[in-house]
Amino acid sequence: MTEARAVRETRSFRQRWLPHPLLTLILTGFWLLLLNDFSMGGLVVGLILGTLIPLYTTNFWPSPPRVESYPKAAAYFFLVMWDIVVANVQVAYWILFWKNDQLKPKFFTVPLDIRVPEGIATLAGTITMTPGTVSSDLAADGRSLLVHGLHVPDEAETIANIKSRYEARLLEIFA
Amino acid sequence: MTFFAEILISLLIVAGGFFAFVGSFGLIKLPEIMQRLHAPTKATTLGVGSVLVASMLYFLIIEGSPSIHELVITLFLFLTAPITANFVAKAHLHEDQHPEALPPTGGEHGWATFDAPPDQRVAGQERGAD
Repeated sequence: MTEARAVRETRSFRQRWLPHPLLTLILTGFWLLLLNDFSMGGLVVGLILGTLIPLYTTNFWPSPPRVESYPKAAAYFFLVMWDIVVANVQVAYWILFWKNDQLKPKFFTVPLDIRVPEGIATLAGTITMTPGTVSSDLAADGRSLLVHGLHVPDEAETIANIKSRYEARLLEIFA
Repeated sequence: MTFFAEILISLLIVAGGFFAFVGSFGLIKLPEIMQRLHAPTKATTLGVGSVLVASMLYFLIIEGSPSIHELVITLFLFLTAPITANFVAKAHLHEDQHPEALPPTGGEHGWATFDAPPDQRVAGQERGAD
């Protein structure tokens, strides 16, 4: 009991009550967007939520993710948005015009160079949202992703594409 | 101006309906569960996305009051779709898939669905060193 208190007191006032300032700002912004209207009352409720939610969830975020370059993160966001549109058209085309036996679905392994948990989560999400691939599982040591492809004629090429197009960029974003 | 906006909005709604339909059609047409997973995660996302963009344009141009919470819906959709897909995939791995039938991880540990993580403490240290 006393030990726990001693550990707690090493954190500064800001670290204790406002563990993730950026998350607080984002949550407040989200609340205002959901209200779809700006009012002082909305802002106050947003700030209260933005302070309480990080306090309750801080145990899941032992250290805040470090983003090296915000412009690169924004560029990545738009790249993925564009790829989602392409992926949709591609998958729609396969579904509508191809016979089922023309598709070559399979599981394949993507070895990971990225080690930051937030980076791996972003990469896995990106893989699911983009052309014909769904990330299904992570290796127990977090060093490779199990991905299912809807149509994978050339496994090596698909893996190389994922690594160069997404993982290389994420490595630059998350330090 | 309003006329062109109406045409654009109509096109977006039709496109949205089309992609939502393709997503649902894929669910019926594709033979295996892992293949079926591809249809709703992608085609449906663009379907809902198009309708939301149409809604934003409608309120901006026709009603004259900008509405932005569609963006939040889109963002939530992009955040939740991969997680849902991952959970369905993991449930499938648990139920019907043998670990031997999957490609190897390339490391000494197996896939997280079948193998325990090496050591929580080691993972924590690695995290701190990054």
